[in-house]
Amino acid sequence: ERIPNPRPSPLSTDEKPTSLDDVTHYNNFYEFGTEKTDPAANAGTLETRPWTLVVDGACESPGEIGIEDLLSGFTQEERVYRLRCVEAWAMVVPWVGFPLGDLLKRFRPTSKARYVAFETLLDPDQMPGQRRSVLEWPYREGLRMDEAMHPLTILATGLYGELLPNQNGAPLRLVVPWKYGFKSIKSIVRIRFTERQPPATWNRMQPDEYGFYANVNPAVDHPRWSQKRHRVIGEGLFARKHETLPFNGYGEQVASLYSGMDLRRYF
Amino acid sequence: MSGRRGEWILRAAKVVLFMACLAPFGIMVREAVAGSLGANPVETLLHGTGDWALRLLLVTLAMTPLRRLTGLAWPIRLRRMLGLFAFFYAVLHLTVYLWLDRELAWSTILEDILERPYIGVGFLAFLLLIPLAATSTRGWMRRLGRRWTQLHRAVYVIAALGVLHYLWLVKADLREPLLYGAILLVLLAFRLPWNQLRSVRRGLRADRSDP
Repeated sequence: ERIPNPRPSPLSTDEKPTSLDDVTHYNNFYEFGTEKTDPAANAGTLETRPWTLVVDGACESPGEIGIEDLLSGFTQEERVYRLRCVEAWAMVVPWVGFPLGDLLKRFRPTSKARYVAFETLLDPDQMPGQRRSVLEWPYREGLRMDEAMHPLTILATGLYGELLPNQNGAPLRLVVPWKYGFKSIKSIVRIRFTERQPPATWNRMQPDEYGFYANVNPAVDHPRWSQKRHRVIGEGLFARKHETLPFNGYGEQVASLYSGMDLRRYF
Repeated sequence: MSGRRGEWILRAAKVVLFMACLAPFGIMVREAVAGSLGANPVETLLHGTGDWALRLLLVTLAMTPLRRLTGLAWPIRLRRMLGLFAFFYAVLHLTVYLWLDRELAWSTILEDILERPYIGVGFLAFLLLIPLAATSTRGWMRRLGRRWTQLHRAVYVIAALGVLHYLWLVKADLREPLLYGAILLVLLAFRLPWNQLRSVRRGLRADRSDP
């Protein structure tokens, strides 16, 4: 189903998008299996209508909002972003979505809201991968408030002009293009404003390998592999890898969020 | 089975096994040419060659228990080919890693081997395989005599390192490497001196009944 007239955005990259086939058949979405091709094969069981997002925590007007209202109530934009996975591969994805900040403001966060916590659906019948405790379910992620409010941070509702395919995190997923892909939590059912740093799934699983911030950073290696270079999906067997840039090339827009922070410590 | 007919069957079996062992490589080449190795072809080849190296190593290790269980001699006569194919896929695995994955950037490869335990372990397993492959001929068996058997016991260490290499690189889903590990343990358990243990126990019992 097409999303009507998404507005082009100056924040888009002009790099060539990865093919739709690769974007939808090379996914990390452990709720549907741990192989890259599993989500495309298994995500048919996910029911994305009706879908309700709960927003609560440190805010003046907590509440719920349905996916239809999210699609019609916010101006949908096309954002072509680079996506850099912590596993040292990358894609360029033409997302459709809207700034997360636009949504958060409606619920009027209080001064106590210093972080935003996200949660994926928990339902092993729809998400068979959750029957095995490969990770702690439901998948959880978090952002600092200023990261969440940054104009580059979006909630995606679609890609390539169509509603999100299930394997890409339908019907609603986070996209934070300067962070490793695992921060961009999929199939979100809950957003909560918190005073303290919320738990994040991969960070809890292996704190020395996956940081809470997880900003793309070629200077800080993953303990088991280098992050200096990455492979761009779709370039073929003999293509050279690319140099990884700090903040995935979005440093001009976001580096100031972390001024004065030791990025080796807060990796 | 009469000697001559038996030889003929064994020769035919070797041809079939040779083709079967070469098939995964053939499929990878065909898919590489057709461009159907998936979204990340280097990763597909890296994992495919590594999987087959480990699988064939385990099949090689299954030949001795198979002979003991069946009493037939042919498993041992297929063992060398299986072992050499395990080495063949290990060479391909290393080649894909050095050339396509690390792009022959030797400084980063050295860093990988020294600083990342799972790479170091995999590399060590490969180095240990080389003398075994080199001494796999009948001539070397004769020349080394009993020391040949001792040398080739290194295969147990190599298989264990191979499983560890796999276990260590997986992010979260340990099922497959653990399955390989379990198979290896079963194959090693067959090699424990069960018969000797039994006769020792019998001997102890006999001692006790002595007046």
